[in-house]
Amino acid sequence: MKATTSATASPTRVIEVKNLARVEGEGALYVRVAGDEIAEVRLDIFEPPRFFEALLRGRSYNEVPDITARICGICPVAYQMSSCHAVEQAFGVTVGEPLRTLRRLLYCGEWIESHVLHMFLLHAPDFLGYESVVGMAADHRDLVTGALALKKAGNRIVSLFGGREVHPINVRVGGFYALPRKERADELLEELRRNRPFAEQAVRFVAGLKFPELDRSYEFVALRQPTEYPFNEGRIVSSNGLDIPIAAFLNSFHEEHVAHSNALHGRTKDGRPYLVGPLARLNLNFDRLPESLRSLCREIGFTVPCRNNFKSIIARGIETLYAVDHAIEILEQYDDSVAPHLDIVPRAGIGHGCTEAPRGILYHRYDVGDEGLVRRATICPPTAQNQPQIEDDLRAFLPQALALPEEEATLRCEQLIRNYDPCISCATHFLRLHVERTT
Amino acid sequence: MPVDGQAKLAVYKFSSCDGCQLSILDLEDELLALAERVKIAYFLEARRHVDPGPYDVGLVEGSISTPEEAERIIDVRRECKFLVTIGACATSGGIQALRNWADVEEYKRTVYAHPDYIRSLDTATPVAAHVLVDFELRGCPVNKYQLLEVLGAYLTGRRPQIPTYSVCMECKRSGNVCVMVAHGTPCLGPITQAGCGALCPSYHRGCYACFGPSDSAGPRSLCRFFMERGLARPDIVRMLRGFNGYLEPFKQTSDEYESDHIRYG
Repeated sequence: MKATTSATASPTRVIEVKNLARVEGEGALYVRVAGDEIAEVRLDIFEPPRFFEALLRGRSYNEVPDITARICGICPVAYQMSSCHAVEQAFGVTVGEPLRTLRRLLYCGEWIESHVLHMFLLHAPDFLGYESVVGMAADHRDLVTGALALKKAGNRIVSLFGGREVHPINVRVGGFYALPRKERADELLEELRRNRPFAEQAVRFVAGLKFPELDRSYEFVALRQPTEYPFNEGRIVSSNGLDIPIAAFLNSFHEEHVAHSNALHGRTKDGRPYLVGPLARLNLNFDRLPESLRSLCREIGFTVPCRNNFKSIIARGIETLYAVDHAIEILEQYDDSVAPHLDIVPRAGIGHGCTEAPRGILYHRYDVGDEGLVRRATICPPTAQNQPQIEDDLRAFLPQALALPEEEATLRCEQLIRNYDPCISCATHFLRLHVERTT
Repeated sequence: MPVDGQAKLAVYKFSSCDGCQLSILDLEDELLALAERVKIAYFLEARRHVDPGPYDVGLVEGSISTPEEAERIIDVRRECKFLVTIGACATSGGIQALRNWADVEEYKRTVYAHPDYIRSLDTATPVAAHVLVDFELRGCPVNKYQLLEVLGAYLTGRRPQIPTYSVCMECKRSGNVCVMVAHGTPCLGPITQAGCGALCPSYHRGCYACFGPSDSAGPRSLCRFFMERGLARPDIVRMLRGFNGYLEPFKQTSDEYESDHIRYG
């Protein structure tokens, strides 16, 4: 997008990107520098509010996963998973095997399509000097066609087990409405096996990109499970030693409402920004990767802790390969004769759910009445949680960016924002304050 | 008809989830060929570069829900020769149109600590309520092949072939057992426009009307049938007030059932 900058001789410089491109949703960047001092950094979110938490009230529990999916067309599975887990907890139900693993399979599909979309169609052009994937495809045709085929394989998982790629229809509280036949799952398995070599090539490719310098003392926050890489369950942990059950999320984190954003800003209870998403997950769960992937990481020189979020593209590559391998493993064991869902009996209660959306932890809380109608809903999407950290990263990065020519400086700032794969559609419509802070 | 590769395409977003414009990027097998046939001149989700208008085809995702959007859609209409709205938000108002039955100020207070920071219209409405629209493509989300059909039709100068009959037609053609007849599962398929391929019944659940009312849909007789099968009026109101609830005849029927519920319980 066009950047407007004042004359370089002036003591005040402004970098302004009025419409951020290659992100999901509507946002803008505003930076003001007075002399040597960075006076103001704002990631404006003007994506219109859609008031999901208000309109969910009075809706039936079985409509909740269908409605919350519509918060985000890129990660609808994440919304469906967090809302199902939260409602199930309110009803005192736990979905065990084999459905638990099939939910992980569905989530693998979403990670693959979302991560590959971001890595190759949205983020890679920044690293390779193109304004879009269209220009990039002219010079890197094989890379782009490989990425599109891998993305399609991810989408195939979601469309087979979810019914369709965007806003799946087959997810319900208690499991799935129906399970696909084994023959169809076998075709999918073959498609994933065919695309596995490209998924590995993709990791090597993104690891070879040139990364701007950035070293931040992030507080990483992610889910952690006893043995597996996290998707649907676990405890919320942080690199500063936090280790809490999902139900305690709102005791440790809160949201504040600032004037320039229709998304609320997530902060820790003591007011610090924190980082969620692929880089946080990988830093906190590196030991949960299979040995084959850890050895690939050593080979490409990726080590943890990694505190440069420009390298989140590598984390996405590693997670994509993990998701491909994990999906293959699950499909090899697939049995279509199991019951697709548990029977659900609604009862009054409060439930919490937190799952790992492609962009980081997504927390839902529902207060449900006797007849299974929602009394109150609270949703904390990952991009709202990351928003203060994005602004904080910009402040840290700006001194080196400002040494560059204006157009280049603007581009690097945009690239930094795209490190977060911000989903602005998700981040807007939120959230009830639990601790109110004025700005 | 524009020369191949010269037609300028613009993709706009209003109040929405991004899912319908994502459908374009989900055309994995066709995307590169599409980019050769049309010039993707304005598409913020995919490109940083913007070619100035006017554009030959504009695709609009999202409903009109803020004062800024109500102004911007007029500019969008001016810069597009052929304006196509894509998806439930743009063609019906979408799920956020539920606010049209509610007090938006109360909604703001529920969600935001500082409701005064929020600029929002009292309603979320379809694009056609604001400007002339050349073609409306339904769906929550749109069917990406229908989207390709609309673009292809424009490029070859013919009418888009988008059926307006009901989901039942697709369902029968797929050889599904009727979920309503066989299992008593309430299904909006008889009054919903085709387009999804009868997805929900194929997965053993009832249709929930992602593609809005079909041509000559008669919701009243279907809703009477639901009541005979034991559904209460509030259940029917919720079913009709889904992703296309603000479109007629869904809207009027849900309003009737709501007032009957107040009157008769």
